[in-house]
Amino acid sequence: MSARATPGVAGAALRSLYPIVIGFTLAYLMQTVVAVSIDDYYSKVLIDIGIAIVLGVSLGIVNGYAGQFSLGHAGFMAIGGYTAAAIVYYGSIKLFGTKAIYGGSLGPGELLLCAGCVAGGALAAVAGWLVGQPSLRLRGDYLAIVTLGFGEIIRVLIKQTDDVVLSEKKVAAASWWSLMDNLGGGFGFIGGPRYIDAKNPFWVWLFVVVVCLVAYRLKYSNRGRQLLAVRENEIAAEAMGIKTTKAKVSAFMTSAFFAGIGGGLYAHELGNSMRPADLGFQKSIDIVIIVVLGGMGSISGAVIAAIAVTLLPELFRSFAEYRMIAYALALIIVMLLRPQGLLGLQELWEVEWRAVGRSIVTAPARLVRWVVTAPTRARAALKAAADRRQEDRS
Amino acid sequence: MTKFVQLLLQTLTLGSLYALIALGYTLVYGILRFINFAHSDVVTFGAWIAFAIAGALGWASTGSPVFAMPVVMVLAMAASAALGFTIERLAYRPLRKAPRLNVLITAIGVSLLLQNAGQLQALFGKDPVKMPRLLSEAPLFKLAGVQVPWVDVVLVVLTIALVIALQWLVFRTKLGQAMRAVSWSEQTAALMGVPVDKVVSITFMIGSALAAAGGVLYGLKYRQLNQTADALWMLLGLKAFVAAVVGGIGNVRGAVLGAVLIAFIEVFGAGYVSSKMPDLFVFGVLIVMLLFRPAGLLGTPTVEKV
Repeated sequence: MSARATPGVAGAALRSLYPIVIGFTLAYLMQTVVAVSIDDYYSKVLIDIGIAIVLGVSLGIVNGYAGQFSLGHAGFMAIGGYTAAAIVYYGSIKLFGTKAIYGGSLGPGELLLCAGCVAGGALAAVAGWLVGQPSLRLRGDYLAIVTLGFGEIIRVLIKQTDDVVLSEKKVAAASWWSLMDNLGGGFGFIGGPRYIDAKNPFWVWLFVVVVCLVAYRLKYSNRGRQLLAVRENEIAAEAMGIKTTKAKVSAFMTSAFFAGIGGGLYAHELGNSMRPADLGFQKSIDIVIIVVLGGMGSISGAVIAAIAVTLLPELFRSFAEYRMIAYALALIIVMLLRPQGLLGLQELWEVEWRAVGRSIVTAPARLVRWVVTAPTRARAALKAAADRRQEDRS
Repeated sequence: MTKFVQLLLQTLTLGSLYALIALGYTLVYGILRFINFAHSDVVTFGAWIAFAIAGALGWASTGSPVFAMPVVMVLAMAASAALGFTIERLAYRPLRKAPRLNVLITAIGVSLLLQNAGQLQALFGKDPVKMPRLLSEAPLFKLAGVQVPWVDVVLVVLTIALVIALQWLVFRTKLGQAMRAVSWSEQTAALMGVPVDKVVSITFMIGSALAAAGGVLYGLKYRQLNQTADALWMLLGLKAFVAAVVGGIGNVRGAVLGAVLIAFIEVFGAGYVSSKMPDLFVFGVLIVMLLFRPAGLLGTPTVEKV
């Protein structure tokens, strides 16, 4: 490594600060400029996109970089969401004495939301560690099954909980421990203050920037390259001295952490319900689709896919019925034709657009050639089959 | 005592169902080393197509002839085998040499496609239906105060017959020899003149037919057929998969053993420990198994080579 890799303390501090500055600036602009100037409906769609980005990019860490397949992202989302909802709702009553929105922009209520999201993320990461222990030691597809089972277990467990305690007096009197069983059961966590709405998208965009930056820096760091090595060839990576299990578990935990935060945001958006039924397998699949379509390992790809996947049903209402069929076909076709996802490991600015342009321009010509030569190829294939049969007989 | 016998009966029937489905997972895994995610949807398809066939043949109302059940069963198995063949040919075969992750994602895509296409009004629709009663309602015999209905006996006997047939197929026939050869090493088998593609296709068809048998019997036993994307079907497939893993995935006898074990844990766990969350026990067993004996009860631990 050159001397540039070891900067002074001041440089390092500056460099670690600027993402935070960017994050706050973007989130602040979204809050004060964008959200005010556009219609509430579009603002809400934007928030949905933001949450989809948080979830998609976080799944990209484990699915794209490490090449492990998790089908339980909604489970981690549920853990984070319910933790955040419980902390914000019960905490707000215990601390501020009210279950309504408390304090203005960046006021105590919103800070509690932030703390709740981070706590939810942390709990989700712990759950990720627990789930990852047995399955990440084994072949990749076990992880898919175990996480799928895990997601279902979380759902069943949450369904068993009792109703949310609505009376402020009762909450103030009850202990935190006893409130842990009052998460709303099958009806979902209702009644909490909704800090995120069309006019208040601040926290969503802050966390969008955080997750994108963390994912980006991870990708080009030593640890990220370890993960890519594990994804390409686990045995070779191990031979290079990478502790594969440790690398995989840490990627899994990072991913679960941000999934938990995404769940926390989801739980506090006006109009979303935190019901076990909404956080099932289907939700996990939605996130998987974002990652696979965008490109496994591409942050900008996941962002674009998150935008597309959120916008399409909004644009075409009639599309909703065929949505899942279209996604399923898209998954299969992408896997058959472009197994690394649309962008693959590349970021948007790393793609060689000239080559892409050339291949698009020449596509009709290639299609024509394919059609024209099709009979010749078919004849050759038939002849080969006939020859083989002849050989078998003789 | 009555309760015990009742639970035992439940274990046997549920275990038979799991076994039929688990065999499909284990056969495909044994040969291609990948988890066929769409398998549980083939089970669903089998159950629904049986419902459609019974309706088309006019047996949806009561008073179906004695041969109704075998006819519906065979037709459903054939239809599912065709479905399995198509899936393998169109979705999995082009990816035979691709990384496992891609095959897995494709399998999930296929699974989603089956689930959601099945919900279309033109196919099976979104409403749950009642499976026609193709077997006699009257209990066949009484055991220690527990009435044993026809369907339970048919389920268990049929499963045992199918498992024995499969055993015979895998270990006593030329085709089974070819299957085991492909399972050992695809390349070597191909060099020895085994038609690998054909063997894989047939394996998929057998697995799918068994899945359909499971689906039809599930429909006959529980009567209620939920929409194809219902989580219930997925859970059924998931538990069968757990059974296959616990028994040792890739091992035919292991799948049956695992299925009975999983059914035992689920039924007796719900009966004597806590009726609230039988699924938790099942997944608990899976995790313990993966931690301490990842190759399963009857599987031989393998070392992955470069």
